[in-house]
Parts: sequence; C-alpha cells; structure tokens
Amino acid sequence: MRHLLSAADLDRDRALLILDTAAEMAALSDRSVKKLPTLRGRTVVNLFFEDSTRTRISFELAAKRLSADVINFAAKGSSVSKGESLKDTALTLEAMGADAVVIRHWDSGAPHRLAHANWIGGSVINAGDGTHEHPTQALLDAYTMRRHLRDGKGALEGVRVGIVGDILHSRVARSNVLLLQTLGAEVTLVAPPTLLPIGIETWPCEVSYDIDAVLPKVDAVMMLRVQQERMHAAYFPTAREYSSLYGLNGDRMRLLPDHAIVMHPGPMNRGMEISAEVADSDRAVMVEQVANGVSVRMAVLYLLLGGAKELSE
Amino acid sequence: MGSARTHDLRTVLSGDDIARASRRIAHEIVEKAKGASDLVLLGIPTRGVTLAHRIGAVISEIEGIQVPVGSLDITLYRDDLRLRPARALEETSIPEGGIDGKIVVLVDDVLFSGRTIRAALDALNDVGRPAAVRLAVLVDRGHRELPIRPDYVGKNIPTAATEQVRVHLLEIDGSDSVEISTKGEH
Amino acid sequence: MTTYVLRGVRPYGEAPVDIVITDGFITELAAPGTGQGEVIDAEGLIALPGFVDLHTHLREPGREDAETIESGSQAAALGGFTCVHAMANTDPVADTAGVVEQVWHIGREVGLVDVRPVGAVTVNLEGTHLAQIGAMANSAAGVTVFSDDGKCVHDALLMRRALEYVKAFGGVVAQHAQEPRLTENAQMNEGALSGKLGMVGWPAVAEEAIIARDVLLAEHVDSRLHACHVSTAGSVEVIRWAKSRGVNVTAEVTPHHLILTEDLVESYNPVYKVNPPLRRKEDVMALREALADGTIDALATDHAPHPHEHKDCEWGAAAMGMLGLQTAFSVVMETMVEPGLLDWRGVADRMSVQPARIGGVATQGQPIEVGSSANIVVVDPQARWTVVADELASKSSNTPFAERTFPGTVVHTFYAGRPTVLDGVLA
Repeated sequence: MRHLLSAADLDRDRALLILDTAAEMAALSDRSVKKLPTLRGRTVVNLFFEDSTRTRISFELAAKRLSADVINFAAKGSSVSKGESLKDTALTLEAMGADAVVIRHWDSGAPHRLAHANWIGGSVINAGDGTHEHPTQALLDAYTMRRHLRDGKGALEGVRVGIVGDILHSRVARSNVLLLQTLGAEVTLVAPPTLLPIGIETWPCEVSYDIDAVLPKVDAVMMLRVQQERMHAAYFPTAREYSSLYGLNGDRMRLLPDHAIVMHPGPMNRGMEISAEVADSDRAVMVEQVANGVSVRMAVLYLLLGGAKELSE
Repeated sequence: MGSARTHDLRTVLSGDDIARASRRIAHEIVEKAKGASDLVLLGIPTRGVTLAHRIGAVISEIEGIQVPVGSLDITLYRDDLRLRPARALEETSIPEGGIDGKIVVLVDDVLFSGRTIRAALDALNDVGRPAAVRLAVLVDRGHRELPIRPDYVGKNIPTAATEQVRVHLLEIDGSDSVEISTKGEH
Repeated sequence: MTTYVLRGVRPYGEAPVDIVITDGFITELAAPGTGQGEVIDAEGLIALPGFVDLHTHLREPGREDAETIESGSQAAALGGFTCVHAMANTDPVADTAGVVEQVWHIGREVGLVDVRPVGAVTVNLEGTHLAQIGAMANSAAGVTVFSDDGKCVHDALLMRRALEYVKAFGGVVAQHAQEPRLTENAQMNEGALSGKLGMVGWPAVAEEAIIARDVLLAEHVDSRLHACHVSTAGSVEVIRWAKSRGVNVTAEVTPHHLILTEDLVESYNPVYKVNPPLRRKEDVMALREALADGTIDALATDHAPHPHEHKDCEWGAAAMGMLGLQTAFSVVMETMVEPGLLDWRGVADRMSVQPARIGGVATQGQPIEVGSSANIVVVDPQARWTVVADELASKSSNTPFAERTFPGTVVHTFYAGRPTVLDGVLA
C-alpha cells in the first residue's frame, strides 16, 4: 500500500493489519517514553486546506511519536490563499522531500488527484476530502467498536451500527459504511430523506428515516454533526425540528441495548444532534475515539512509511 | 534467480538437546544473578518468547518462585526497515512491576548479526532502566556485525553466511529441533 | 481562379465521380478520371458537404491563451468543418454589434471556415436584460443564433420575451438548459456514483425541466427554440413529444455525450469535467438513437478549449469543457456509422444540412451537386488514427480522447471552393 485515499482501498486483511498494529501502538503509548524511532529522518507534511485542529494535531502527534519530522502547512494565510494551486503547493512539498502528505481538502477527490497526477512521489493520506471520505476516522471508529464490542480482537462480524445525521455531506459516513462492510458489521443509516444522497439504495447498508425504530437494534450509534446552516438550503425546516426528530437525547439513549456505545466524530453540536446528557454519559466514547485516533494514525503512518517504498505494495 | 538449486538439511540440535540447553541456561542465569528475585525474562518474538517461557519455568522449578516473563517486539527499532515492506508488529508485553532496577535477560532463538539485539537494547531503553541486561540465545551461529556477545549460549554452531538456521519449537512448529539448510548457488 | 478536381471521390459513399470546383462552386460532376483542372486524388474516399458546427467556443476576444479565432478555425478545418458558430461567452461578451462584427471580421481574415458569431440573449449573460439582439441581427455579422450558452436563460419571462423578440429577425434562441438552483456547485451527473464520490450532483431533471418549459413557451409564442447539448434520455423524450405536437424546436448533441459516460469521473481527472456532465450509459444510447431518428437534429461539438492550468488541478477547481472539433467526425464514425445508425447521407444531414438550416446559413449544407457552394469534406472511413493531445491544432489540449484510436480521418476540406486541408494537413 502506498496511499490511503479511501476506505475502499482496504480489504479485510489490510484493515485488520492496521487495527492490530494500532493496538500495539496503543500499548506502546502507555509507556512513559512514548516516542519510537521508527520514522526517524522521514518527513510528514500536514497539508490542511480546511481548518481541522483535532485531525491535524492527531496526525501530528502520531507522526511525532514515530520520530518523523512534521511540517504543518495550513492553507489559510499561506500562498494557497493567495491563489497558488494545489499542484504548485504539491511541487513545493515534493522539492522539500516530503515522504508523506496528509491532506485535508474541501474538494472531493483532491487527495486522489494529488496521489495520481504525478506531482509528487510520496505517500498521500486522505485526512478528509470534501464530502467524500475520511478513512482514518473510519479506522479509529472501527478500532473503538472492536475494543468495546469484540474485546479488541478480530473483525466486526455481526456488530450492528447506526449512523445518524447528515449522510449526504458526511465523509465520515461514506468511509464508515465501506470499512464496516469490509469488517462484517451491519450498518443502518438514519437521516431525513433530504440528507441522504441519491442512489443510497446501492450502498451496502440499510436506510431508515426513523431513529426510534433503529436504536433498540444497534450495538453502536454514531451521531454525525449537522450544520445549522443546512436549514438555509432547505434540508430541514428548523434546528429545533431536526433535533426533535433525529437528535440523540437521554430518552432516546435509553432505547439502546445496555451494552451499546454512543460515538461522535466531533466536533459535537450539543443540543443539536446530541444532548449534553448523552454526550456526558458513560456510554459516550468520544474521548476514547480521540485517543484511538492517534494510535490508528501511527499504525497507518508506520505501515505506509515504515518499509521500503518500492516494496510496500 | 532466488530459488535454491540444492537444498541440504541437517539437524544440529534434537529435542533433547534443546531441553538440556534450556535447563543449563536457566541454571547459569540463576547462578550469575545469585538467585531469581530480581530477574525478568523478555523474549524476542516469536520463538524467543517461547524459549523465555521455558527457561522461566525451569527457574521457577529450581528456585521455587515465579519469574516474570514478557515479550519485547523490536520491529519499530530495526535498522533495516527500509529494506523490506512494512512488517506487522508482534506483541510487546512488559510484566507487571516493569524492568526498572531488574536484571533483564533478553532471550532469542538465534544470534547472528547482532542487529536484532541492538534494536532490543534500544527498545528496552524506552521501557525503563534495568540494573543489568543479559542475553541468552539457543544458537550462536557467528557472523556478528556489531560488538555484541551473548551471556548464555545453548550451542555455538559455526555456519556459512549463506546457510539458514531454523529453530523449531513444539509450541509453534509442533516439534523441537534446530536445522541448518544449505542453500545452493543463487 | 484555379479549377480543382476531386478525382474519383464517392459523394455520400455512392458511385465515384470527379467533382470539379470552380470559383467557389461545384461546376461539374464528371465521370471518374475525366475532370479537367488541378487534380486532387480522392480515389475511394467519401465526399460530404462541409460540416457545420452550431456550438464552438473560439475564446476570442478575451481568452486568447486558450484559443483564438485563427487556431480554432484551423482545428475546425482539420476536423472537416467549413462553418462554425462562435459562442457568445467571450470577454467581452458578444452582446453588441461591435463584438459580433469583430469576431466575424477576424473570421473572414483567417478565411479557413465561415465563422458565424452567436449573439448573447442577455446583457453580459447576466439573465436580467435582453441584449441588443436587433443590432446584432442587422450588423455585418448578420447574427441569427442567440444564446447565453454557459448560462441558462432561467427567468421564464425573459425567455419568453427573447423567443418573441427574435421572431422579427428570423432568429432562434439556443438554450443552455440548466436550472440554476438545482445545479448549484454541481460537479457531475447526479446518481449513485455522485453519491459515492461525494460530489454535488447535476440532476437530469435540471436539464429536462428547462427544455420542457421552453418547448411550451416556444409553442405558446410560436417561435423557434434550439436545445443546446442535450444530454439525457429524459430530454430526448421531451423533445420527441414537443416535435410530435408540432413545436418548432431543434436540438443538438455533442460527440462526447455520444461516447463517454459518467464512470470516467471516478478517475477524478478533470479532463472529463464538462457541462452538462457526462451521463449514464442509458443516456448515451438514447442520444444515439435520437440522433439516428432525427429527434435530435444535429451534432454540435461544444468545442471548449481551456488552458492547461485549468485542467491540471483538482476536480472542483477545474474548468468545464472539452475540445471537440478535430475528433467529432471520428466519434460519429464510431458511435453512429459503424453500428449502422447513420448512413453517409445521414451523417451529411446531421453534421451539415441540419446545422446549416438551424443556423440559417444558406451557403452551407448544400448538396453535392452542380451549382452548390463548394463546401466539401473528403473523409477516409477506412483509416484509423490515434489522438495526440499536443498535436491538435487548438491552442489547448483538453481532449478527453488522448491516446484513443478512432476510425475515420478527414483527408481534404474545401471551404468556398478553396482547399483548407489537403491530405490531412492545413493547405
């Protein structure tokens, strides 16, 4: 594997290799000396065209724990905002000897383009592209589910996952549906019809408009951030109505089976898709998701950069 | 062409030989450490871990106390990572109580270039600060590339650099033996 | 003036003759080997009336880095065209007599094809005020086709007025059918694939709803409507229905919509980004069928050159459009002629006769017979060629067909009695 662009790039064995590697990374992260020498002398560039402090620092910490040199290249206030193209930025990074580019971009497919347009020679890791994919988020979600629901081992056969919210604009949902299917989980998407993409019936999952019918039947429920601005584009009438029809509040949480966990990729909109009671309950694993994100990203960086370039296929 | 033209296998240690060597190493470790109270055995995956458990069992038998046994994966500390595809990691498990102030005995199946042990020493450095680190190996086949020598050796087996030493252990391979295979010309 | 003889050529693929051309006209169809004049070998090749493109972006004035009237004319001639309609979305926009006359004059100076400027329907393509349609119609350029192409005349009242107003000049409104609210920031055909790729969809209904509205408006005000670059099976159905009602509507389809499908977007290579977007296989098949049965009247290239940097970037930042002039005939060969959907008279009709009629260009699209204007293309249906993007005459290289091998080459082109292309190179 040279790049990680889509959760669809991962077959079952590869996905499990990443999760197993992440588990070892997590164990090493419990030590007082958390740093590993593995990627010494390698350069990882965080190329962020969109603000996402949490994803950027997660990748930054992961790379630093593996002793890579990390350059943060934020588009805002840089030459990019002055009209420099993605291509010229890429050529600059290539000239600086970047071994991997972690890219967050507003345009769906930009990481794919970066990886395949012959602009750079290094690895490309998709840290979220437009409304397309966010594969490392899906990996950390799967890792978190595996820890809670499958004792940290194996795949996710038979695990039932509900993903609720703005599926249409969610890269997290797309990557999760692909990866969870690969790992054998059963996914149900829940959203108002306006926030589901055309062609959803071709996705490998179930679809429901009724959160109350779905909650009793899942082992994990993932709440997606819903931007209030969406109501201006007539996706739903008011934030209040969205919240009452699709938000996860305390009463709804009690519909979940006792063992079920509540997840959220963050940042949360408390009072919109998730109530404070739920967010602060002991079923909520959001803080753990963040910690797992570092381990998973260490695993991805190690597996992409830890070996010989020409042999890593 | 990488395939061997001739493929000569000979057994250099039998199951009994391995058992005797393990017992002897266990005795030597205890003798040098003047008891077993400060000992921690760390095997290097995969077969070093199995050997460490065997040696630990013998020490427990001799001394009547349980010796902590763990595993130390050195993959992330290797100096040849860029020569091969990225490898899957093995388990690292440091026994409760850690290694600070302890006498750590690293256990591996075959000592060859010494690079694995160099990586293990680096890894150990990130885990804690032992009072002493010692090295036990079942087979020392020579051809050292670093200034590293074992403290306890099951058997010294002179080999040609092109030969391969294969350690088989019951727990992993179904039977105990050490074989040398001579690869033909490449 | 020199007399030319196209020796042994087969008009419409029929019996071979010598076509004798003098002073811009076909003066004789002689028995093979008997025509007198400067002989141009065309043995076994097929002669058709010169192709007429209703939809060409020549980019001049304003984006001469992408294309000029000269480079676009060269590409047109090499593609077998003798007339192109230069779209109005230049900079400045062709919304006054001054701009259309400038384009027309430069076209005449270049002299490789009949460059017919298209006038904007609304001032600066802004969709709010009618452009000076009468002034453009009465200018030296004699504009008859009006279009805001690139943008849709989405205001129903303005569209109605435009349809009414052009009647005074025998004009036609060529609509770029795209409901703007349904296609905000749209990147590709809306369907399962856009959902998977996370791209904002351009739904078929956004085209079909505008065409449906406009055919009803055209019927209501008894005017002429032309539907640009029809791209969906649903649009074909609407046009078929309108024609059956007797609505005065014509339609065009681009070569790329006859051959390419949306799955190419999966490469995220912006060379496949075009407006309207590449559609499904079902749409492609419906468009071929409609061009064959005449529901769609004409092929039109929508030749849209873009400088390299507008395509060598990420999908969302890329410009929409593809080159088309030099590959149009080959696409028709592969998609229409070889499968038996069009014979050579059919090709002549869809690529020359109908577009000339729709554009109101009397000197073009004339039959190959004595007395006709000598606008002739000679093609070799047996030859195959491989597209090399950088070798195309256009100043841009954004062809979606790079490295693709096609049947059919343009061998000679005669414009107004003079050769513009001989043996596949500019004369």
